[in-house]
Amino acid sequence: MSDIDMDKTNKTIDTVKRGLARRYAAERRFRLFGLIAIVISLSFLVLLFGTVISKGYSAFQQTFVQLEVTFDRAMIDRDNPANSDFGGLVKAAMGREFPEVSGRKDKRKLNGLVSTGAVYQLQDMVSTDPGLIGTTNLVWVPADDDVDMLMKGHAKRTGAESDRRLDDQQLAWIGKWEQEGKIRKQFNRAFFTSGDSREPELAGIWGAFVGTILTLALTLALSFPIGISASIYLEEFAPRNRFVDLVEVNINNLAAVPSIVFGLLGLAVFINFFHLPRSSPLVGGLVLTLMTLPTIIIASRASLQSVPPSIREAALGIGASKMQMVNHHVLPLALPGMLTGTIIGMARALGETAPLLMIGMVAFIVDIPDSFVTPATALPVQIFLWADSPERAFVERTSAAILVLLAFLVVMNSLAVILRNRFERRW
Amino acid sequence: MRPVKKYGSEHRGTVGVITSENPRMTCRNVNVYYGDKHAILDVSIDIGRNEVIAMIGPSGCGKSTFLRCLNRMNDTIDSCRVTGEIFLDDQNIYDKKIDVVPLRAQVGMVFQKPNPFPKSIYDNVAYGPKIHGLVQNKVEQDEVVETSLKKAGLWEEVKDRLAHPGTGLSGGQQQRLCIARTIAVNPEVILMDEPCSALDPIATAKIEELIDELRAHYTIAIVTHSMQQAARVSQRTAYFHLGDLIEVGETKQIFTNPSHRLTEDYITGRFG
Ligand SMILES: Nc1ncnc2c1ncn2[C@@H]1O[C@H](COP(=O)(O)OP(=O)(O)OP(=O)(O)O)[C@@H](O)[C@H]1O
Ligand SMILES: [Mg+2]
Repeated sequence: MSDIDMDKTNKTIDTVKRGLARRYAAERRFRLFGLIAIVISLSFLVLLFGTVISKGYSAFQQTFVQLEVTFDRAMIDRDNPANSDFGGLVKAAMGREFPEVSGRKDKRKLNGLVSTGAVYQLQDMVSTDPGLIGTTNLVWVPADDDVDMLMKGHAKRTGAESDRRLDDQQLAWIGKWEQEGKIRKQFNRAFFTSGDSREPELAGIWGAFVGTILTLALTLALSFPIGISASIYLEEFAPRNRFVDLVEVNINNLAAVPSIVFGLLGLAVFINFFHLPRSSPLVGGLVLTLMTLPTIIIASRASLQSVPPSIREAALGIGASKMQMVNHHVLPLALPGMLTGTIIGMARALGETAPLLMIGMVAFIVDIPDSFVTPATALPVQIFLWADSPERAFVERTSAAILVLLAFLVVMNSLAVILRNRFERRW
Repeated sequence: MRPVKKYGSEHRGTVGVITSENPRMTCRNVNVYYGDKHAILDVSIDIGRNEVIAMIGPSGCGKSTFLRCLNRMNDTIDSCRVTGEIFLDDQNIYDKKIDVVPLRAQVGMVFQKPNPFPKSIYDNVAYGPKIHGLVQNKVEQDEVVETSLKKAGLWEEVKDRLAHPGTGLSGGQQQRLCIARTIAVNPEVILMDEPCSALDPIATAKIEELIDELRAHYTIAIVTHSMQQAARVSQRTAYFHLGDLIEVGETKQIFTNPSHRLTEDYITGRFG
């Protein structure tokens, strides 16, 4: 090698070294920005979860009061328990607890301390075990939501009486219960097993949960096969022409259409034109399908496009038909991406409220939906409804419902990850 | 013999004998366009029965493009348009009625870049026979896999790990796997696009041996950048230059006494 050549290489390395510091500095800066971004988003997440959990966890407990109930033969109709005066049983038990209370007004105040749900609880007990009639039992019945809030420390015990939900007399009664250990907090089963109710202490998430499951099941059952087929057709079989371009542009546009518009569409088409039952998971599922389809199609097409063309050539070159190429080679490779897209779409559908409002799934529904055509509501709508209620006890139930929704989301996303890892293959 | 259409003065023509006495494939006035780009310019050539024809030429001259016309692999490229006629025996493979699926079973292809399926080594080889229904049971299938891998000179290396992914092999092993995959279907014509570009001399010698063996029953068109390889394995050689078929002839004649100046420049290393 000549001297000039040596000189040149020396110079190159010097130039490289001079630039090196700047290059590394740029890299460090970028890393720092990335770190800051992650810290910010994480702290928002912590803030969100922190508030929701701290507000919502107390809803998983409910205050119960112990009553000594005498299942009086005279007041119970053995053949038709629904016809009996269980309210009278509760009142009698309360009267025995506080014999000093007299006067209609005071009695009403006293009886207001236990939930109206106590009546249904006693009725249920007798229905399942008629042997109870004629006996006297200690029964824990749910307390009224005002008592519940007081016990959880969400309501004031002091201050002007007119500012409080419970007056001094009621506080005194509760105080007696507390002293005797006849009032306590227990796991709130009703929250996970009942439908909605006007009484916060009786309101549960189960109705909305089932509604959501039915709606999402229908959405998944429709949008996954349709979306996958559409994307496969568009990507692998459709001729490249103006019409297909138009379809593609429209799908992209649909993905960006506000969801309330889909709700209006569902109202106009499914309910007003096809006369499908209003407020039903059937219509909800159809509307959410319309909304989810573009997302699934776009994600699926992207994952089909990411399958290397050499795999397609290999299959075709050996004499596979197009369908065989897709089924045997392209689809297995694209499936993980398609599943991810589907889950993203479903997660969006899970949290969707606006279109469900339009098709009437916002109605106040106490019964647990048992089919696709019975009126139902959904988790996010339930959250919306409770958030709108004035009672203090609904505040914590709103947060608890959000927690349930988030848990649902976490389960769905984990499922997606598991599925994806199972199907994932390298090439 | 099928006639070659002449188009006035712009048709430059090909030096040498483009015809074969016993043609298996006959290409007449083949033009290929990628969009506006004219990649193959009016190429006419015969590929003889049981002969190995080598296609040589500088990079980008259209060897792969032309080879891919022979089993209509160019159909998969949207922008690609092919005109002219290519006959397999008496069938024009560009006829509208022709089904490409059986055509590609008849005319197999080994691609320039190894492209094994992301499946096991066994499945890679067994796939073709399976979809075409060439094997009736597992025993036959095992047999086809073994003979194909043996022919491709890969058996000894992979016989203990047939269930491992084909993509986990080295580049050269992958290419031999692709060759095994192609011959497992038992095609009548085999198109090979630089099958040895990633192979060491030993593996290359094996493939060349294989080509020589296969010639007894098959027709083979091979693209290669190695002049020695073309000289060793082929009976006829075609020289391409910028989409033109410049010269066709007996391999010996092309390498010892080329008629066209471009051919001579290329094989003597003055160009390309
Ligand atoms: N898919 C494609 N789209 C557009 N142009 C293409 C495409 N494939 C090849 N070409 C062009 O066609 C010409 C011929 O390409 P081809 O791949 O046939 O060359 P080649 O002779 O096989 O080269 P090499 O020896 O490097 O493999 C080149 O100019 C290339 O740029
Ligand atoms: Mg090439």
